[in-house]
Amino acid sequence: MTAEPVVPDVHPRAGGVEPSATKKHEPGAPLNKHGHSKDTLAAYLFLGPQLIGLVVFMLGPLVFAVVLAFSNWDGFGTRSFAGLDNFQVVFTDPQLRRSWLNTLLYTVLQVPGLMLSAFIVAYMLQKTARSKSFYRTFYFAPVVTSSVAVAAIWLWLFNPEISPLNSFLRSVGLPAPDWLQNPRTVILSFAIVGIWQGLGYQVVMYMAGLESISKAMYEAADVDGASEWQKLRKVTIPLLSPTILFLSITSIIGSFQVFDYIYVFLDTTAPAAARTIVYEIVNIAFREFNFGVAAAIAVCLFLALLGLTGLQLAAQKRWVHYTE
Amino acid sequence: MSIVADIAVHAVDEMAHEHKPEIRKPYRPSRIILHVLLTLGALVMAGPFIWMILSSFKPLDEIFIQPPKILPQDWAPENYSNALAQADFVRGFWNSIYIAVTVTVVSVLTCAMAAYAFARIKFPGEKQLFMVFLATMMVPGQLTVIPLYIILSKIGWVDTHLAIIVPAALFNAFGVFLMRQYVRGIPVELEEAASIDGAGRVRVFCTLILPLLRTPLTALGIFTFLNQWNNFFYPLIFLNSEEKFTIPLLVNQFKGAYSSDWTGLMAAATLAAGPMLIIFIIAQRQIVEGIALSGSKT
Repeated sequence: MTAEPVVPDVHPRAGGVEPSATKKHEPGAPLNKHGHSKDTLAAYLFLGPQLIGLVVFMLGPLVFAVVLAFSNWDGFGTRSFAGLDNFQVVFTDPQLRRSWLNTLLYTVLQVPGLMLSAFIVAYMLQKTARSKSFYRTFYFAPVVTSSVAVAAIWLWLFNPEISPLNSFLRSVGLPAPDWLQNPRTVILSFAIVGIWQGLGYQVVMYMAGLESISKAMYEAADVDGASEWQKLRKVTIPLLSPTILFLSITSIIGSFQVFDYIYVFLDTTAPAAARTIVYEIVNIAFREFNFGVAAAIAVCLFLALLGLTGLQLAAQKRWVHYTE
Repeated sequence: MSIVADIAVHAVDEMAHEHKPEIRKPYRPSRIILHVLLTLGALVMAGPFIWMILSSFKPLDEIFIQPPKILPQDWAPENYSNALAQADFVRGFWNSIYIAVTVTVVSVLTCAMAAYAFARIKFPGEKQLFMVFLATMMVPGQLTVIPLYIILSKIGWVDTHLAIIVPAALFNAFGVFLMRQYVRGIPVELEEAASIDGAGRVRVFCTLILPLLRTPLTALGIFTFLNQWNNFFYPLIFLNSEEKFTIPLLVNQFKGAYSSDWTGLMAAATLAAGPMLIIFIIAQRQIVEGIALSGSKT
């Protein structure tokens, strides 16, 4: 049962009673380490549903996906071994290469923008005393909204003919681009929506991190005559580093999977400059029914995410401080 | 990943302790600047929603007015009746609610069960199996959705709600991990007392563990419900016929079918976003906590 058995398991005859001890277990007595087979049965009964899910909906498909990545298959005819052909397509197809770069560009624009703006908002919110939850309502509202509704609103805001945003930009003398149709601004447009919708979640996480920093640290810094900037650099950021690492890992994973906005904005006919890698997976798997290539892209996406997360976890020793 | 998920758990604990009484500070100029900046930020966040709601009441010919007007000149509530006539939102709501509720109830319960096994029962392979659960949290949904589609189409589940409900309800590695953290926090003595009284594991789980897990179960439930309610990726791939569509699919379909009906689209978006926004304003704290539990959104 638990880490601390009630009956101490070191007793003189312990050596000889291993399997038969199970039978001697009285029904009403506290369950202990000797109830192996009964415990195992109980464990698998409790695990049952999620264990079936793990095998049928995760491990099975995972193995199948890797097999698919090395196969030629449209899902209906016969499957044949394709060797590394699918992976060759992933790395040589000019559109796919473009889509990888688009995804990377989205990450480069969205993740730092998101993490920085969320930190600034959280830092400011932390300084207000009682109005925190009032402001939080506004910053968090997009988080609970479906990405499709969000994209529908921004579809209007990005349309140069009717956009109040463009009208405002023109009125202050700034360029008002055709956001979604101009290849140079389309990924930026996705990043703007991504930041707008993702902000509230990060603000809440940063605020929780900021609140856990002991007031005594700041008082000590005050005694030493530290400026606001020095306190930020030497106290806040180091003590917030676990939160920063967490948000950096999760937001990079999320940004690599961006899909909903693009699909709602541009439907199935997104131009080359707007396609991201998950958009390609959906398109190639479920429109072209080329499961092999789609699976190969997805395997590469998985490996890329593993690699990026591994790098961040490896690099954490250099800058992340754990207080406990 | 476990360090990372611990931070999410920690964040929620922190939130539970906010609202400490604070001494009112005198208003200095820096505080006024702070509030001005935060209010500007709040306007940027609320602006698109305000635009959505007000535009949903505009007659179609008003959308080309330059510079755009914030308030409708004439109010056109018929945008809503038109949207409702063009797409079956009532049915969409029912589909969304029924999918999200089923997944949430089953998933939360089975996660708690699995968590109880991992936290409290010793069995061979326990550690290894738990590591497998943890490791799958790194697998992107886009990788498993392709084989899943092939498998489910073979058994005839494509274009049925089962394809959305069953995988989500029966597998949630993050939920298992999260609940395990909380089960471990329950004092062992409580269970020992119960088992001396002759209660079996099932009874201990139902009458002792589940009630004690109420708060984290609610948080996980809110998170699961919202994820399902707003999910677009899986329904888009698995559902084809309109009468099975969830709300996000209906809005997307409306956009495609009536691409020039901008005000109708805003009415549809308001119908989609409105209920959740209202619930959010009412139960803000619980919802924020529930979502803060989420490691990565899928």
